[in-house]
Amino acid sequence: MTTTNRIERHHYDVVVIGAGGAGLRAAIEARLAGKKTAIISKSLFGKAHTVMAEGGAAAAMGNVNSRDNWQVHFRDTMRGGKFLNNFRMAELHAKESPQRIWELETYGALFDRTKDGKISQRNFGGHEYPRLAHVGDRTGLELIRTLQQKIVSLQQEDKAELGSYDARIKVFAETTITELLLDGEKVAGAFGYYRESGEFILFEAPAVVLATGGVGRSYKVTSNSWEYTGDGHALALRSGATLINMEFLQFHPTGMVWPPSVKGILVTESVRGDGGVLKNSDGKRFMFDYVPDVFRKQYAETEEEADRWYTDPDNNRRPPELLPRDEVARAINSEVKAGRGTPAGGVYLDIASRRSAEEIRRRLPSMYHQFKELADVDITKEPMEVGPTCHYVMGGVEVDPDSGAAYGSVRGLFAAGEVSGGMHGSNRLGGNSLSDLLVFGKRAGGHAASYADQLTARPKVAIGAVEAAVETALAPLQRDTGESPYQLQQDLQAVMGDLVGIIRREGELADALGRLAELRERVAKVSAVGGRRYNPGWHLALDLRNMLVVSECTAKAALERQESRGGHTREDFPTMDPKWRRVNLVCSLDGDAVRLTHKPLPKMRAELIGLFDRAELAKYLTDEELADFDALVADADAEEAGN
Amino acid sequence: MGTKRHFRVWRGDDSGGDLQDYQVEVNEGEVVLDIIHRLQATDAPDLACRWNCKAGKCGSCSMEINGMPKLGCMTRMSTFEENETVTVTPLRTFPVIRDLVTDVSFNYEKARETPAFAPPAGVAPGDYRMQQVDVERSQEFRKCIECFLCQNTCHVIRDHDENKHAFAGPRYFIRAAELDMHPLDARTDRREYAQAEQGLGFCNITKCCTEVCPEHIKITDNGIIPMKERVVDRRYDPLVWLGNKIFRRGQVPQTFVTSAKHGDAVHSHGAQGGVHSHAGDSHDPAAEAQAQAGVNWHREVPKPTAPAVDDNGKLPLTELTFDRAAAPSPFGDDVTFPLPPEHLNFAHPEQDKH
Ligand SMILES: Cc1cc2nc3c(=O)[nH]c(=O)nc-3n(C[C@H](O)[C@H](O)[C@H](O)COP(=O)(O)OP(=O)(O)OC[C@H]3O[C@@H](n4cnc5c(N)ncnc54)[C@H](O)[C@@H]3O)c2cc1C
Ligand code: SF4
Ligand code: SF4
Ligand code: FES
Repeated sequence: MTTTNRIERHHYDVVVIGAGGAGLRAAIEARLAGKKTAIISKSLFGKAHTVMAEGGAAAAMGNVNSRDNWQVHFRDTMRGGKFLNNFRMAELHAKESPQRIWELETYGALFDRTKDGKISQRNFGGHEYPRLAHVGDRTGLELIRTLQQKIVSLQQEDKAELGSYDARIKVFAETTITELLLDGEKVAGAFGYYRESGEFILFEAPAVVLATGGVGRSYKVTSNSWEYTGDGHALALRSGATLINMEFLQFHPTGMVWPPSVKGILVTESVRGDGGVLKNSDGKRFMFDYVPDVFRKQYAETEEEADRWYTDPDNNRRPPELLPRDEVARAINSEVKAGRGTPAGGVYLDIASRRSAEEIRRRLPSMYHQFKELADVDITKEPMEVGPTCHYVMGGVEVDPDSGAAYGSVRGLFAAGEVSGGMHGSNRLGGNSLSDLLVFGKRAGGHAASYADQLTARPKVAIGAVEAAVETALAPLQRDTGESPYQLQQDLQAVMGDLVGIIRREGELADALGRLAELRERVAKVSAVGGRRYNPGWHLALDLRNMLVVSECTAKAALERQESRGGHTREDFPTMDPKWRRVNLVCSLDGDAVRLTHKPLPKMRAELIGLFDRAELAKYLTDEELADFDALVADADAEEAGN
Repeated sequence: MGTKRHFRVWRGDDSGGDLQDYQVEVNEGEVVLDIIHRLQATDAPDLACRWNCKAGKCGSCSMEINGMPKLGCMTRMSTFEENETVTVTPLRTFPVIRDLVTDVSFNYEKARETPAFAPPAGVAPGDYRMQQVDVERSQEFRKCIECFLCQNTCHVIRDHDENKHAFAGPRYFIRAAELDMHPLDARTDRREYAQAEQGLGFCNITKCCTEVCPEHIKITDNGIIPMKERVVDRRYDPLVWLGNKIFRRGQVPQTFVTSAKHGDAVHSHGAQGGVHSHAGDSHDPAAEAQAQAGVNWHREVPKPTAPAVDDNGKLPLTELTFDRAAAPSPFGDDVTFPLPPEHLNFAHPEQDKH
């Protein structure tokens, strides 16, 4: 009892877990709705993963090519996700991103400009027109700093009005949430610890927004930081919410492969958008051999045409280097497997021979910097060595598209950003994440606020649950017989990287599930040495169980889905299967075990599916669905004739 | 394969600590942060260290490597000699939490005090128009990854905790400069603010901050100096830095700042070692109340000091560089009379009777 009495308690209306783009945008919205809001983050304020995004934020503002609009963006997003996206999310995203970007300017953001003074937009894989608002290659930094500074400005308003910066919005940096607390099915609060002191902290709040980002730390070669242990995914599962699309992981085609210590660190796609090309060890631009049929029409067939596209995109087709990421990652994988890779096991990404040194330094300053300092490679003179790296999880919390409220049994839980699922289908287009954070962050924050408003009674935190949370959190420190968390993490990474990687096979996936079950037993006995103050070993020990349950979801769903689509490639089922397009795989927890169910995809509204060609739809839809589509078109024609 | 190298890492917490020796494997292409991670995975699982991106983008892994403030993830092991001992210590300017992790909340407090962007009235979202050449100047400062290495290096606060309340530091000077140069920012007093509230006057342009900035931001040349120049224009207060230097020697630094405006507890006067400004009224209600209640004889007041003289025993001033015909004030150029009463060591005979 005494232990729980001494725990620091806070009362808030909305608690936002995560201080990346999604979390900060959600918090701003909740505060603007007048709610007392807390922002919680595992690292310092302004260091969340969003800071690393390079390329830009996709929004159909039409500043560079006026033919761009939300319909085109919607189409690109659906194509990129191989039609597995939640169409409503893709629609909202395409419609609302421009406003969200423009809003950032009113918070003080300074994007790169076009000649007529508007926000400049750049080309990116899978986007038909130049669409990514950007700041050199540090767009994520601009985004997070802008939101951070907006929060500061709101705090300054609160200080002027109420006498304290923290009156209505407070940031709890270096604080990790380990448990959500429920009152029946309603969210009642969140429990965690200060990393700095190891002291526990309890937030009582009727509404919680998850914005915890992704899961990449379960892989060894990853562009993700230590924060990405799937905490939000696991918290949602444990509180009765569901996850969808967990089999879809994006392997970014171009991660650094040398030196070993930086293996996985991202080389932005803008290198290719700005003219960089991929070559194998024979010096061949191999991407021309890997254009899949579904994309044949939009991509150039010769190097000459591809090169003309950079200056005259209206009359030429795009270079195949700009295919969606899953295609490029697989192509690189095949080249390396065929023995045409570089010494370090990648391929060459060459911009040095294609652009002037000065231009490279101006357009790609942080890439220039990164290679110079980390690999001692001058990218204005030499090609880079690159290979696929685990980058983004498409899967996540299954949410209501309009409000971000989690499905499943729980009430009062919202999710936005990378931790939510559905928006990107089986594969995310570059640049769609940053705008996703803003669009759905705002929505989740706003709906969390109105949910808190309409509650008649505040849910109560049960003492028993807090005691249990304390016990779970302290357990690794009290055991001294278990294994080291670092060892367990390495073993987990090995299982996931080797058996649930880019190319998957039935036998290996089944094997992976067996090994994950073994790991689960070992993780339950993990022990951490040292005390409670800023002890990274202990922190990792607590994160492990989250990584584990999320990995189980991925492996299970990957074994179940017998087709290849976007971020899920099965060697034994190498093609897309229209029947599988109609299915989402939904994970939930049954006691401790992961349960997998099939759920039909929502059906696209008539005016949205009408945006596509029949010929294109034929590649994705079943005959039955196509018949429906034909009937729709016939109806529309008849109506038109009638008018 | 890797070779064994000798590392010395500071281990401890706010109650003290010391350098500990480790022999640790180093492989080709590794950076210092990799070695810290290897230590965590082997000899020292609870070694505390911040990091996120491992690519110089987040500014988390700031530390002092062989005494130089650096990002651990951007310091390649190949920059050291084979047999060189690598000594890793936490940032010195901020209080240690544990091992390599320090309490950098000072910076977040200063960030919170710097007035935010003021959107131009009547311009709707989507209607902002700016030219690339005009945004570029501010963009340079917005590259800042908030690693706080510049803050750590600046001698005004390194080893001078007493200056912290009155000095925002280079990171926040460039924040003010960035807003000052923002084509659409509606506030026009960024420079005056920097001078009056951020303690820009403390800075004597040593450029140490620029030297350590991993983003290669020209903090002094492009941010601080232009702000100072224009402040000087407006305030008719030339050679601020020189005057400042003279009167700061060997004493609690003077400020041009009406400093303790901040109501927050962290800024309460007592806790700051009692730096007093002679520039005007104190707006700190606590200080005023104390002055009325009686004199705290233990408080720290500036001690008289001799002016700083050069090798020839002369003031480093000539009429050519000085802005006035007369001699400089013996009390310091930044002292105005009458002095605020709470700065006087004087108690009224009546005062103690209540
Ligand atoms: C190298 C790189 C480059 C990228 N480039 C682009 C790009 O060009 N364009 C694009 O659109 N996308 C890009 N992405 C993807 C995009 O950056 C991310 O998907 C996005 O930033 C995720 O944002 P978020 O708000 O969901 O979460 P994050 O920004 O990752 O923030 C997660 C937050 O949750 C907190 N958190 C997590 N767990 C807990 C817990 N248990 N308790 C408390 N807090 C917790 C973390 O501390 C953190 O503050 C890139 C990603 C990477 C890695
Ligand atoms: S130039 Fe000014 S701000 Fe920079 S280190 Fe020197 S005194 Fe500090
Ligand atoms: S200005 Fe440079 S040194 Fe200072 S915090 Fe920013 S990036 Fe770091
Ligand atoms: S870890 Fe991000 S800057 Fe070093």
